[in-house]
Amino acid sequence: MGVTLPAFQTLVDAHWRDVARLAHALAGPVDGDDVAQQAWTQALAAYPRLQSSRNLRSWLLTITHRCAMDGHRSRGRRAVPSDTVSELAEQSAATAAGLGSAAVGGVGGGVVAGPEAGLPDTDLWQRVADLPERQRHAVVLKFVADLDHAAIAQALETTPTMSRRLVSDGLAALRKELS
Amino acid sequence: MSELESLLAGYDPEVRPPVLPASDVSYVVEDTAIGRMLLAADASGALVASTFVPDDPAEAHAVERLSRAISPRVLRHPRELDEARRELEAFLNGRSHRFTLRTDLALATPFQRVVLPRLAATVGYGHRATYGELARAVERPSASRAVGAALGANPLCVVLPCHRVVAASGALTGYAGGLAAKEYLLDLEARESGVDDPR
Repeated sequence: MGVTLPAFQTLVDAHWRDVARLAHALAGPVDGDDVAQQAWTQALAAYPRLQSSRNLRSWLLTITHRCAMDGHRSRGRRAVPSDTVSELAEQSAATAAGLGSAAVGGVGGGVVAGPEAGLPDTDLWQRVADLPERQRHAVVLKFVADLDHAAIAQALETTPTMSRRLVSDGLAALRKELS
Repeated sequence: MSELESLLAGYDPEVRPPVLPASDVSYVVEDTAIGRMLLAADASGALVASTFVPDDPAEAHAVERLSRAISPRVLRHPRELDEARRELEAFLNGRSHRFTLRTDLALATPFQRVVLPRLAATVGYGHRATYGELARAVERPSASRAVGAALGANPLCVVLPCHRVVAASGALTGYAGGLAAKEYLLDLEARESGVDDPR
């Protein structure tokens, strides 16, 4: 007998708003609904094979993040080399920690997507959109999705230490532009 | 949390709930003439549950029972139950005297899988039986209490007509949907069938 999983409908009822908010924050209003829809479809397909019923919210939001990344690539948006100091440092840290690149089917190592258009048309969200990709994702996963650093690290395939750093660097950049 | 962090956390786009295809189990909750009921079908369309859920905790319990017994891929999908809803409504207002729905006893115990089909096959519309008679019909003449328990936990209420089983004294005894529901069903069937002596 495997783990006892709650009925999938209870996950939908409890978390659909959080999944949709994250999808919109990462992919923008045009693609947000599609990303959320895709995340739910993938989660439904994978659900019976889950080995634990803990952290189902984190599991759903991690899938949502992955769908936003996959969708971003397949939509063929402009990609730029990852050449910021923090990302290079992060990659070496991840390598040192022995993290593979395909653990959650996530982001490509050397290429990150460019700034996203289409977040709410306010100064704040424009500044968020202008953050380096990894910082932007870490900030959104932390504050929009309310995930802890362990979950953010898993979604971004990095370490919790680097997740903290991405978040604090992102916040610092946002504050600097606010002042 | 700083003001900046609060602004980020307050992100509130206009969002829509997901639309998922029917999966392993579909269900709907309906207000019927005899109370609030949950109907559920499996992936093949067979009815697996027709059960009374008077309140939200009862509904949650019924949904979790489906999840454990069949598959955790349980989704609220009213359209998958359209035919079941139509047949139930027609039955409850007397227009129809039988169900043609395909059923599956996935939620039943082994003993229920013996008792419930026997009940459906032998006690017709407008008729009644006692627990003892049904016990004899399944060749367990001393098991009328076990028969009572099997009927009391009937996963397919109304469709498999446990409401037609009463005490030897004629008393209605109990019903999952409450005695008023049992009385409604027996009165309806007596009226519609024209059976003078229900025994």
